[in-house]
Amino acid sequence: MGQLYAVEIVYRGIFQKNLAKNISRGIALAAKNDGKLGISFGRYGDSPERNGIPAKNFAIIATDEETLQEGMAKYEPKEVDITISVDDTLAKGVESWAWYGLQPINRLLKPGGTLIVTSMLEPEHIVEMAHRKETPYKLAIVKAIPSFSGLWVYKDDHTEVRILGAIARVLPDLFTIESVEQAIMEEWNDPLKAISARKSYDRTTTRTVQPTEGNPEKPYEFTFPKWWEMREGVAIPSIPMGAGFGDPATGAVGGYRPDRNPTFKKFSTRTMRPVVDFDTCVKCTLCWLQCPDSCFDVTPDGFYDANMDACCGCGVCEAVCPVTNCITMVNESEFANNASQWEMWKKDKAVYKTWLQQKIAVVPERSHGFRFRGQYEEQVATLVAEGLAGAAGGGEEITEKIVSDAGEASAGGVE
Amino acid sequence: MAKVVEQAQKEKEALISGSEAIAVACKLADVDVITAYPIRPYDTVMQYVAKLVANGELDCEYIVAESEHSQFEIVKHASAAGARVFCGSSGVGWMYAFEALTVTPALRIPMVAMVGNRALDDPGAFGVEHNDALAVRDLGWQLVWVDTAQEALDTALIAYRVAEDRRVFLPCAIGCDGAFLTHSQTMVKIPSQEAVNEFLPPYNRGDLLLHPDNPITIAPQVNEDWLMELRKQNDEAMKRAQKVIPEVYADFARTFGRSYGNPFFEEYQTEDADVVLIGMGTMSIPVKVAIRQMRKEGKKVGFVRLRWFRPFPADELAAVLGRFAAVGVIDRDYSFGSPHFSGVLATEVRAAMYPAASRPPVLGFICGLGGREVTVPDVKRMSDMLLTAASGVPEPQTTWIGVRE
Repeated sequence: MGQLYAVEIVYRGIFQKNLAKNISRGIALAAKNDGKLGISFGRYGDSPERNGIPAKNFAIIATDEETLQEGMAKYEPKEVDITISVDDTLAKGVESWAWYGLQPINRLLKPGGTLIVTSMLEPEHIVEMAHRKETPYKLAIVKAIPSFSGLWVYKDDHTEVRILGAIARVLPDLFTIESVEQAIMEEWNDPLKAISARKSYDRTTTRTVQPTEGNPEKPYEFTFPKWWEMREGVAIPSIPMGAGFGDPATGAVGGYRPDRNPTFKKFSTRTMRPVVDFDTCVKCTLCWLQCPDSCFDVTPDGFYDANMDACCGCGVCEAVCPVTNCITMVNESEFANNASQWEMWKKDKAVYKTWLQQKIAVVPERSHGFRFRGQYEEQVATLVAEGLAGAAGGGEEITEKIVSDAGEASAGGVE
Repeated sequence: MAKVVEQAQKEKEALISGSEAIAVACKLADVDVITAYPIRPYDTVMQYVAKLVANGELDCEYIVAESEHSQFEIVKHASAAGARVFCGSSGVGWMYAFEALTVTPALRIPMVAMVGNRALDDPGAFGVEHNDALAVRDLGWQLVWVDTAQEALDTALIAYRVAEDRRVFLPCAIGCDGAFLTHSQTMVKIPSQEAVNEFLPPYNRGDLLLHPDNPITIAPQVNEDWLMELRKQNDEAMKRAQKVIPEVYADFARTFGRSYGNPFFEEYQTEDADVVLIGMGTMSIPVKVAIRQMRKEGKKVGFVRLRWFRPFPADELAAVLGRFAAVGVIDRDYSFGSPHFSGVLATEVRAAMYPAASRPPVLGFICGLGGREVTVPDVKRMSDMLLTAASGVPEPQTTWIGVRE
């Protein structure tokens, strides 16, 4: 048997479907230029037409036809050389539409494999979000605001080619940067993209993540029942009624928390979460009424506490809230757990106020989906003009990417 | 007409058609929801049901839907909510309901349906072919064919009892040949309501009942990690049905004093027969007549009339058919491009016999399509071919009988 390679691309449904497909296609095409055979496919059991839901693409590469069939004889790879996460909040874990239990982002990585993440965050921040792994693995950051577009449109911000350049750096056995450049010219005929790939190749570094690093939580799991353990007639028990719960400050019991599916929590769909200012809340009920996932618990004292086990991060609550800045959507990477905000507020309102001010100071990137023609051009121009997401700190390289790539093009840098 | 059933119950006998017998069974079974959409020959059932309802003899929700698809969907949902239901159709009407027909066994709905067997379009034709009902043969429907109005009535009661058995919970379609059974009236014994009540307990959906007191979700979307277990459940239910059916027939005989012998198939003059014919439905009448005539000529031909096509009594049938020197399968259906270009039943019989110790030649006959008469000379011709095959001279695997050529 020859050499077999597997790469998974973890992405968010709708917003990154085309991006993931372009990356896995690019891997197969670059490998071809390196004399290897490859296939590119999406995990069929996923539902990439649902907003934000974690989903996967795979590229399987081999040095010969029979070895490739070894890789193709499985529904999906059981282990991969590289995991690519094109949204950094996915580092917290993946629960796809068809996948029961929370899967750590590094779950499929072979010992010593590489996790590549597009992010503006520092590597340490990503390491903290990801679950611990028994064997060491490597982490590489492709510095970029996670690229989100729509189902029928594509935000062409060079993310796909920058990933390909990074792969050539971290796994040169798979393909060389020259093979990547050749594939880019064949697929897109765009010298700018080839330059972006080469720059990413030059800049990519890795950091080893030890088994002692990362989120120590054991992700919730799910065991499939036997056929004779399942209820017949395609019938499943409904989620039972909920109940009231206690107030940590007064001990009073009241309110209403609906019971929720214990095995399908959905929160890994979330890229941002609502932060609620209970001091300004007028208890109008609108967030609770409009939430499509019934994620708000009614507290004993009549507030509405977004339960982070159930929130998908859609932002409807923020949109319907009539009070200015009462609900603010904040990037999911700013949070370390799913703890109740209301409980924190009840315990110490001053501490909560400070915490809230810190969180809502983080300007979230909210380019989910495609809303109007010319949106992406406008966004890119704005990013350039504003020095790009300065709040996150490391905007320099992104700015450089867009401006310098454009500069090189106008200066005739590509000949 | 007004009080036909009431009077008949007093007399215990009535002159009714096979379709009307099914409608009477609905009354006796106290069916809760019946849906209808007209197509010949099934419409003879809905007309009689309508009379029973109009006369106050049958208390049920009688819904004339806007199509067969809705017809079958409505009873599917009513059954999920605990109602005993009846439905039916014919030919392309049955096919128009096909999506509903596929989900009905998947959801373990013990619906009883009458299929007034009719040729599928095109061309439009009223006559009997079995392809309509046979189209659901792989989906989890129990399929049974009857050949008299009496058997239609009795089998409808038996079908409710089998379908609603908690070990089964699968729908059952009763195949009634268009014209020969649906449109001819014979004397039918109508059992007393008391006896039926004793035989047929109320429908109890148990933990699958769709009711606010039993909160469940039915028919969610699943993936490859769930579906195979659900299919396995239905496979096991169909296997259990094969054991439940004889229990129910035995109980039927005990309750009504009328026995059908082997529930799965009827044997006619097979004891000393050299060769045997097998088929389903009303073709049994001309076949039996022909057999009696051939016996006078010294030709020992027997007949097996298969009642239950699903579940298919493979082992039992193979053991019986293995006794003969040749087997002829009369298909009132077609299966274009199938092995040996045979009919559906011939392929099933061959498959059932393959692992058997004794495997005589099996000849397939396509006969009586579109309601064409299966004549006594037709049966004699098939029998002669069987006797030739039995003597060791090969005959074609499949022969069309009664086609102009």
